Amino acid sequence: MNIALTHLQRLEAESIHIFREVAAAFAKPVMLYSVGKDSSVLMHLAMKAFYPAKPPFPFLHVDTTWKFREMIAFRDQMAQKLGFDLLVHVNEDGVRDNINPFDHGSNTHTHVMKTVALRQALDKYGFDAAFGGARRDEEKSRAKERIFSFRNAQHVWDPKNQRPEMWKIFNTRIATGESIRVFPLSNWTELDIWQYILQEDIPIVPLYFAKERPVVERDGMLILKDDDRMELRPGETVENRLVRFRTLGCYPLTGAIESDADTLEAIVGEMLTARTSERQGRLIDRDEAGSMEKKKREGYF
Amino acid sequence: MRHITAESLAPTDGIRDYLAVQEQKSLLRFLTCGSVDDGKSTLIGRLLSDTKQIFEDQLAALERDSRKHGTTGDDVDFALLVDGLEAEREQGITIDIAYRFFATPKRKFIVADTPGHEQYTRNMATGASTADLAIVLIDARQGVLRQTRRHSIIASLLGIRHIVLAVNKIDLVGFDKAVFERIIEDFRQFSHKLGFETIVPIPMSARYGDNVTSRSDKTEWYSGPTLIEHLEAVSVDEAVVELPFRFPVQYVNRPNLDFRGFAGTIASGSVSPGDEVVVAKSGKSSHVRRIVSHGGDLSQAVAGQAITLVLDDEVEVSRGNMLVSPAARPQVADQFAANIVWFDEHALLPGRSYILRTETDQTSATVTDLKYRVNVNDFAHEAAKSLEMNEVGICNISTRAPIAFDTFAENRTTGAFILIDRITNATVGAGMILHSLRRAENIHWQSLDVGKHGRADLKNQRPAVFWFTGLSGSGKSTIANLFEKKLFATGRHTYILDGDNVRHGLNRDLGFTDADRVENIRRVAEVARLMADAGLIVIVSFISPFSAERRMARELMANGEFVEVFVDTPFEECARRDPKGLYARALNGEIKNFTGVDSPYEAPENPEIHLKTLGKSAEEMVEALELWLNERDIAENQYDSGGGI
Repeated sequence: MNIALTHLQRLEAESIHIFREVAAAFAKPVMLYSVGKDSSVLMHLAMKAFYPAKPPFPFLHVDTTWKFREMIAFRDQMAQKLGFDLLVHVNEDGVRDNINPFDHGSNTHTHVMKTVALRQALDKYGFDAAFGGARRDEEKSRAKERIFSFRNAQHVWDPKNQRPEMWKIFNTRIATGESIRVFPLSNWTELDIWQYILQEDIPIVPLYFAKERPVVERDGMLILKDDDRMELRPGETVENRLVRFRTLGCYPLTGAIESDADTLEAIVGEMLTARTSERQGRLIDRDEAGSMEKKKREGYF
Repeated sequence: MRHITAESLAPTDGIRDYLAVQEQKSLLRFLTCGSVDDGKSTLIGRLLSDTKQIFEDQLAALERDSRKHGTTGDDVDFALLVDGLEAEREQGITIDIAYRFFATPKRKFIVADTPGHEQYTRNMATGASTADLAIVLIDARQGVLRQTRRHSIIASLLGIRHIVLAVNKIDLVGFDKAVFERIIEDFRQFSHKLGFETIVPIPMSARYGDNVTSRSDKTEWYSGPTLIEHLEAVSVDEAVVELPFRFPVQYVNRPNLDFRGFAGTIASGSVSPGDEVVVAKSGKSSHVRRIVSHGGDLSQAVAGQAITLVLDDEVEVSRGNMLVSPAARPQVADQFAANIVWFDEHALLPGRSYILRTETDQTSATVTDLKYRVNVNDFAHEAAKSLEMNEVGICNISTRAPIAFDTFAENRTTGAFILIDRITNATVGAGMILHSLRRAENIHWQSLDVGKHGRADLKNQRPAVFWFTGLSGSGKSTIANLFEKKLFATGRHTYILDGDNVRHGLNRDLGFTDADRVENIRRVAEVARLMADAGLIVIVSFISPFSAERRMARELMANGEFVEVFVDTPFEECARRDPKGLYARALNGEIKNFTGVDSPYEAPENPEIHLKTLGKSAEEMVEALELWLNERDIAENQYDSGGGI
């Protein structure tokens, strides 16, 4: 009999195990749905883990109001198709104060509209466990994080004092107000994600595929002019170029790459020969050294 | 992966072929361990760099960081690739494990870079628990150190059977063969008892790359493989598929009345529809009807797969139980011996109650006997009363409910557990089961015809355990005595368990160390439980300084029966009263481990009754207790009569 599991089968089994563990051990879990490719994989795994039932938790999208329009359309379409319970949270204080990436910079914008918004949402609903799609191969401080990552009542991560995590035996015990961030994709690499999307035919936002799009060159990045809120600086022009995105976030903070990869196979091929990491396209990681760790300690995913 | 070039890859049609090959590659999980500054992080940085896993933007950041924090002069400091926390880069040490991923044309790898400092041993154990191979690094100038031994022992205990002995910094000893051979001999001397299947020594320089991914021309006397050659070739397969079927039930999937599936990950063996399976704890048998999966039912599933089983019969199975092969069943017991690695700064205390968790089961557990501690230098078995942080020992464990398990030697998944602190919820220890204790098999509950309710009804009362806690001299005995007199006068059946009195008899063998205090409370709590079972109202008057033991006592009693009474008198007032002259002596240093002086008192956070004694008389205190008792009895009677008998 053919008994050796393939690499992807192992990763899939591990992730499904993690999903079920949370469903069994926590009173009120939630899945953070960021609409990107990792979220798409996460959602697919959640559907598998509880089949024939639906995932026994809602999906939460923290909307900064600056996401690509195609992401929002895709999100609503998926929610309808798969029939999951979608919660959308916006930091209304930030909207009132008109916090935006152009006037306030990526740091303040991300902190107010993402990190604080997330904390608000977790507190509002009283979630005690939250799934996220972070992978250890993405970034140095993520490489250090446990699969079940403890947060105190203020949502703070203490990287110097993490719980030991032995075998597949997860410590799911918390006191009132505390919570756990759970990362089922911890051991997946970017290649694994694409390979799985290809194998399972998982729908992803069309922005990942190359297409002629109106972009502006700014600070060494190609920014898609997704709506009229983006004002051109002197000397800037909008050009139609053949581009795609390796990662997705807030459109003013996410750089496109020039590419003609318009199929999954071509994307994988391009990734295999890439010479820069996927986070290269993210403005928020570059602000200062150790910036991801700092954001994570404050409650960012 | 990234070592391939655009030219080597045919456009799109080639991709699926390429991925198909990737998909068939095996995976090796390993860790690097050893003492501080032996070069663990540098080695991983070297592996990632030589296998072309580092992107340009990451390399630019690394060069920037090297200038700021690096310890290698003008060279790139590869350790900064893995030491991802700010505190690590600032201090130039590794605090927690980092997981890194790389691949060669032959294999995929997940490597855990673990810290060398003794205080972070628990993080090393975390990395080792999911690894199949350990690279033990040794600084050629230093030889085998205490941490080398500790990490080797922990790797062995956690079931790692394959070792690479990386004799690093060989350049700093002039590529000297004699140094290399002496270190191998030293290592073999102490490791022959550790049960490693392979030990492969390699002389290397992680910093300069000698014998890491390419053969060094400076060690011509060495004919063995380079590190990467060995990692690509070593076989670590454990035939878990050949072991008896074990399916720890993780989650019962019940979306509607027509579907009841048992979800979990197969720990060992395989299963097909039609197979007979047995519920481990009850011995009830059934057959597998379906293996349900999202993409359609499966005809077979094997170890490592996360599946959902539907059985033929409505047998009782819940999370924590196991479905197993009828021909080879696991043990089901509430007492067993285990190796324990202790992680917490608060020592393991025999008698203290912890939460024990297996992959899916959870119960409370106490260490009934710490048989010995293992000296990491010479493996000597040393008598010990407690297990300190990073120590290893062999213990007898008693659980409140039986668990289903195999020995760790038989099955790494079903033979392991963790211990969790009841108060802080910290993961305080890891355990590997050695064998069940025979007495568990021979002692069965005797079922008795007269029950607790009957005994209490005859006394026309409801049992209760009033647990008085407070400092010495706080007034516990005085209030308890008066309370009992009042109860007695109203026809209640009572008994006082007094700290001093019990120490004259039942607990005369115990002293005042933390370990003995825990045992003192455990025994009294068990006696109180028996008395409550006999229908009595029990008054326990004990300092009982630790919240963990009070919680353990609470969990022994039936719901609502345990009444924590905090006799709250400030330390200064107790010391001023000093009815037995003990405070004067303790403050003089004549008595050791005196609560409130040099031993802590953990005040209750949510006692049922909080008696603030300052300026109040004992009578007033007792009135509060009586009021509480009457209100409870009225409430319970209402509940009973409302229950529709």
